[in-house]
Amino acid sequence: MKPVREDLLAAGPAERRRHARSLFFTALCAISAAIVLVPLGSILLYVVERGASGLSWTFFTALPKPVGETGGGMGNAVAGSLVLIGLACLFGLPVGVLAGVYLAEVGRGRLAAAIRFTADVLAGVPSITIGVFVYALVVVSMRRFSAIAGGLALALVMIPTVTRTTEELLRLVPPNLREAALGLGVPAWRTTVFVVLRTAAPGIATGVMLAVARVAGETAPLLFTAMSSRYWAAGLDRPIASLPVQILTYATSPYADWQAQAWTGALCLVAIVLVLNLAARAVAARSLGARR
Amino acid sequence: MTTAPPVARGPLSSEPPPLPDPEPVARIQVRKLHAWFGGFHAVRDVSLDIPTRKVTAVIGPSGCGKSTFLRCLNRLHELTPGARAEGSVLLDGVDVYGRRVDPVVLRRRVGMVFQKPNPFPTMSIRDNVLAGHLLSGTRVPDPEAMVERSLRQVALWDEVKDKLDQSGMSLSGGQQQRLCIARVLAVEPEVILLDEPCSALDPIATARIEELLGELESRYTIVLVTHNMQQAARTSDYTAFFYLGDLVELDRTTTIFTNPKERRTEDYVTGRFG
Repeated sequence: MKPVREDLLAAGPAERRRHARSLFFTALCAISAAIVLVPLGSILLYVVERGASGLSWTFFTALPKPVGETGGGMGNAVAGSLVLIGLACLFGLPVGVLAGVYLAEVGRGRLAAAIRFTADVLAGVPSITIGVFVYALVVVSMRRFSAIAGGLALALVMIPTVTRTTEELLRLVPPNLREAALGLGVPAWRTTVFVVLRTAAPGIATGVMLAVARVAGETAPLLFTAMSSRYWAAGLDRPIASLPVQILTYATSPYADWQAQAWTGALCLVAIVLVLNLAARAVAARSLGARR
Repeated sequence: MTTAPPVARGPLSSEPPPLPDPEPVARIQVRKLHAWFGGFHAVRDVSLDIPTRKVTAVIGPSGCGKSTFLRCLNRLHELTPGARAEGSVLLDGVDVYGRRVDPVVLRRRVGMVFQKPNPFPTMSIRDNVLAGHLLSGTRVPDPEAMVERSLRQVALWDEVKDKLDQSGMSLSGGQQQRLCIARVLAVEPEVILLDEPCSALDPIATARIEELLGELESRYTIVLVTHNMQQAARTSDYTAFFYLGDLVELDRTTTIFTNPKERRTEDYVTGRFG
């Protein structure tokens, strides 16, 4: 029997170098992850610290007080933001989802490639440009700022994300499910709606909520469209208040009371976005559970 | 629903119907069939008759065009981007590639079972059985009876009758595949195409499916694509051997495996290549 060489499987200099490199890059990744978390955590902490003291029932129910008087709230801005988000969904979701269905199920060749490219470019367009565009298109022709114009601007910000998310998720639906339905003699459009869209629905819902969360905080597209208002909304064809614009106005004002309210408004906005994100995660998690 | 007398509903009633008519099930005749994927000529000039109420196995090495051939029979092939087919497939004398044929109607008469079990993940076991009707929006007179009948036909009823509301994905692979067969049977087709239905299953589940094919044979015309030669030998009455897109030989299974006419067939079934 051959003598056992104890060092046969031991690490040599090359392996030790490899271990060192591995350790170095693992540490680098860990540090980078921590750096990502620092601003996020500090924003959250800071917003809570500065904003929480202003939280009260009146903040959500009262109108802003005239300049010079302290107190009042942002009730109209909170309600206005919800109205604007609702309008954005009303305009943006049908178009976005249907365009995504077209790209994934119907579109072939150049036209589809052109639409896809346009959507990607649109997603990268600065949102203030979209605000100016809607100003020229809607505000000028209606001769007034309006909630509708604001909702439309937010919808335009939302559509590219929704379209591309829908397309990607529909492509993830296994082709064999589509074939299963077609093989059963189910018409193509019913297969698309009741099998492909139905299967991808939780994922699309997640994508949609993330898109909504994104536009909830948009300020730039609203400046030239919904403008702002110090009163409750008088109608969808009138200027309307929104949290982001209100925060902008208050935060840049010289009054300490307004600045404090801007912090509370920011906290409120962060909370809305957080809730939407959590809801998106919950929808995704539940659908994963159902598949098992 | 109160009393539904068990009237015979054509070839799918729970009792095997009497057979006064020797040929009530559709006949398939394939004439000069070609199929392409883009520039690739996958099926070349295939002509054959598929025996009625028998199991016909289609064997051949991977890439020989056997699956493509099968998918031409219910016009599923043409749905692949870039794919097309030429020639004719006659179902009871009607060319399924004729101008007035609606592929949706065709596919209700020619059902298909796929390689990987593919129950609809968003549906319960019950809804999966009824999927062909639910998705098409057609009304089913007595859905519960149809679910039980279809599941009994695939010998799955006793295993799932207490959990019909659970997801179809909760079943084992073999059960899922039987569910997929039940789903096809519920549409009441005359022809059933199976594309390597057991290749994702273990030997026990495979044996159950093969047993099932033997039971279904008396009522349906069955075409089974398989790359498992033993399976073809065990389950089929006729066997077609495809090689590089050509139909080399179609004959009784016993003849194909013991005394084939063609040299290539003999080499393949004896394991000399492929």
